[in-house]
Amino acid sequence: MSTAIKADPAKPAGSARSLSTRRPLGDRGFQLLALLAGILVLAILIGIAVSTAQQGSSWFSTAGFSGIFSTVWNPGSNQFGAMAFVYGTVLSSLIAIIIAVPVSLGVALLLTEVVPRRLAAPIVTIIDLLAVVPSVVWGLWGILVLEPWLQPIYASIASGVNGIPVLDNLFGESNGSVSGASFFTAGIILAIMITPIITSLSREVIATVPAIDKEGAYALGATRWEMIRGAVWPHSKSGVVSAILVGLGRAMGETIAAALVIGSSVQVTSHLFVPGYSIPAVIANQFGESSGEFRSALIGLGLVLFVITIIVNLVARAVVARSDRRSRGA
Amino acid sequence: MAAVSNQPTFDLREPGGWRRNKNLIATGLMYLAFVVILIPLCFVLYEVIAKGAKAISWQFLSNGTIPPNVMPLGQGGMGAAVVGTLEITAFAALMAIPLGILGAVYIYEYGGRNWFAKVISFMADVMVGVPSIVMGLFIFTVWVIPQGLNGLSGFAGSLALACLMLPLIIRSTFEMLRLVPNHLREASYALGATKSRVVLTVVLPAAVSGIVSGSLLAVARAAGETAPLLFTIGAVESLNSNLFSGATTSLPSQIFSNALSPYVGAEERAWGAALTLIAIAFILLFTARIVTARFTRYTR
Amino acid sequence: MEQPEQKIQLTVPKSTEAAAKQDDDRFTGSPVFDANSVSIYYGTFRAVTDVSLTIFENEITAFIGPSGCGKTTVLRTLNRMNDLVVGARVEGDIQYRGQSLYERGVSPTAVRRRIGMVFQKPNPFPKSIYDNIAYGPRINGIRGKKTLDEIVERSLRQAALWDEVKDRLNKSALGMSGGQQQRLCIARTLSVEPDVILMDEPCSALDPIATGKIEDLMHEIKSRYTIVIVTHNMQQATRVSDRTAFYSVLRDDKSDTRTGVLVEYGRTQQIFEDPHDTRTQAYVTGRVG
Repeated sequence: MSTAIKADPAKPAGSARSLSTRRPLGDRGFQLLALLAGILVLAILIGIAVSTAQQGSSWFSTAGFSGIFSTVWNPGSNQFGAMAFVYGTVLSSLIAIIIAVPVSLGVALLLTEVVPRRLAAPIVTIIDLLAVVPSVVWGLWGILVLEPWLQPIYASIASGVNGIPVLDNLFGESNGSVSGASFFTAGIILAIMITPIITSLSREVIATVPAIDKEGAYALGATRWEMIRGAVWPHSKSGVVSAILVGLGRAMGETIAAALVIGSSVQVTSHLFVPGYSIPAVIANQFGESSGEFRSALIGLGLVLFVITIIVNLVARAVVARSDRRSRGA
Repeated sequence: MAAVSNQPTFDLREPGGWRRNKNLIATGLMYLAFVVILIPLCFVLYEVIAKGAKAISWQFLSNGTIPPNVMPLGQGGMGAAVVGTLEITAFAALMAIPLGILGAVYIYEYGGRNWFAKVISFMADVMVGVPSIVMGLFIFTVWVIPQGLNGLSGFAGSLALACLMLPLIIRSTFEMLRLVPNHLREASYALGATKSRVVLTVVLPAAVSGIVSGSLLAVARAAGETAPLLFTIGAVESLNSNLFSGATTSLPSQIFSNALSPYVGAEERAWGAALTLIAIAFILLFTARIVTARFTRYTR
Repeated sequence: MEQPEQKIQLTVPKSTEAAAKQDDDRFTGSPVFDANSVSIYYGTFRAVTDVSLTIFENEITAFIGPSGCGKTTVLRTLNRMNDLVVGARVEGDIQYRGQSLYERGVSPTAVRRRIGMVFQKPNPFPKSIYDNIAYGPRINGIRGKKTLDEIVERSLRQAALWDEVKDRLNKSALGMSGGQQQRLCIARTLSVEPDVILMDEPCSALDPIATGKIEDLMHEIKSRYTIVIVTHNMQQATRVSDRTAFYSVLRDDKSDTRTGVLVEYGRTQQIFEDPHDTRTQAYVTGRVG
């Protein structure tokens, strides 16, 4: 024990000095700063809602209820019906979901149940690469490469289903042609873009399935697929549904890729291989030349999109919360 | 004389027939799913690299004059767009990262059972799902319009991108704060540290690698966004390096406008800009990976 | 002072100073902690009920008892660490050297600078050995490198760790063995020169040799600090402590809750050789717990 180094005698450890010190200013200040940052989130969201509502108000009041729900969009005659765009947004997003969900779930299950640890990392890297490609690059590729490539394929499918009742309405020609730039192509591009997020969210959910449940299934002699159906699926059902809804929200809000490949044609039709329009696409394409009520309508459309995506997100959370409550009570 | 044993015989081979086939098909489909996601990735990378490489040159990357769409490749370049992207994204990160970290700190460290913190956390998650074009409209309405034509600037674009990045950074930082073991906080408290000290000197340093990589990914996402910039930065034909005054352009904006134009030169420029943009995004992604790997080694 | 009639038989007098004096004529130091009818609640759940005892200066006091009897809970109220648990509440009075710990206006931060804590699992910061020890002084405003160097060396010497790590002060603390990490945590606690050191089962995660080193350490520093240690290991209590408090569990069958209660408190020798309460006797002879 070194004697050269002694405790400071001026501060005897056992002194009964007062224990009360006011909280230092810096500590309070930091807490305030953190609180302000939190409030900022609230402020931005409220700001978005208020500003778009205000700007869109002239459209809301002029067009009225019926005007908003009409499918006629004619800037020249001041008719701004939103339905064609809502239809296009929903349709292209649904197509995206139908394509993306099986693929995403397949990859998620592959990563969690099938491949050994070593192989998982490169697969995750590939998903990350897919996720980081900017949306505008997907749009560029879509319009310059995918569309020309798909057009003849659409044409041959269309001639193939010519005359068959339901299929013709979906995949057949409309007004005598099919187009590379179409609802379906937009759906494909959106599917590519939302696959990474659905995959990673599903992976997280599937990873929380308790190992004992899986082992129980195997112990009964189940094959891997049977184990997945019996042990993994019931546990992760709601989480996966929620992941899908998050992907749906992403697809609906995706602007640029959709704007480039959807075809920019205002029409509501069941034919999938024809050009259409979506809310983000019309805002992106026509905002520059708009003014007055036209612009108000576009901003109002933005508000509609905002509300739709928030609802989808809320439903996603409600699904998880409800099943959480059920499983806890069980 | 051997006693006849009447033991039943077990068949220890794999369950045959339909069960086995179902399993094989399912596994095969999963691998197929992987191939399906591999295909577009390879295709797009191939096209971008093949077509973009033709356009890339030092002049392409640095020349400050944006040529009109009709011009063939070789005139002007994307310098203005490169500078625009770098400046706008960097400034957005400067605003969003500290605020995002502070927001996550509020929710996790000061939240506890506080109902307000729960509301904020909920709102941050909701904000992640807000479409990027709506962010652009928001900034256009509250920032650009009040200033008339002078409102268009790189800074307005930064504001829009920062709104986009904020919830992403809050979310990823929150997850990182959750991973910091509680006993580290307790050790710091037990030495008489105030809460702010605990957060600043123990919690944040312990979570720093995750926070950095999460932030880099958010930056990569922002760099590639077009929609928030559509109505906020305007368009220019020559370099404007002043972030705060005057319209400017960015790589995604250039790709977008060139993609819509039918001229060959425009197409080639779009591919070149796309290659540049993808390169930036990939560099950020790999840097994030390296940061995570290195720091995990240190703290182990 | 006699205990008022209670449902259970407690033999602990209200003021244990009287009990201490009546034991033998070894010199007893001044009281450091004086707890009076302390009950601790988590929300509406009463975790510990009606604890009264006195901790004396420069002694090692051990809290022993079966799992769930509240000994760690009581320990953590002594330096207001329970404040960090949402919904925790303390009723009754705890005096620290004549000042009430839970009075309004008392800053938990100031309390913790004087009453340090060593935890069950070693929890060094993911920083260098030097930075771990220097952390406490630094947050107390000490900046000068020379002063910090002295404090680091002194603390490590007191923890009997200096010779082992003096050549690698800049290496990560996480690279040390479990026993070394725990001694590092003790050195870190010593670096701010507390008055009291609370230890929550400090050796339970360590092997016997490391445990022995820490027990030697406790004997060496006893003359300058007051130590309260929670331990599962009765042999350890007999080896290191001057006084022992035995806690047990009150089970309420109606609501199926368990509440911790202080059963007996006295000199270690008396507790283990001549326990007054039958429950104490059952526990220390190994029949229960």
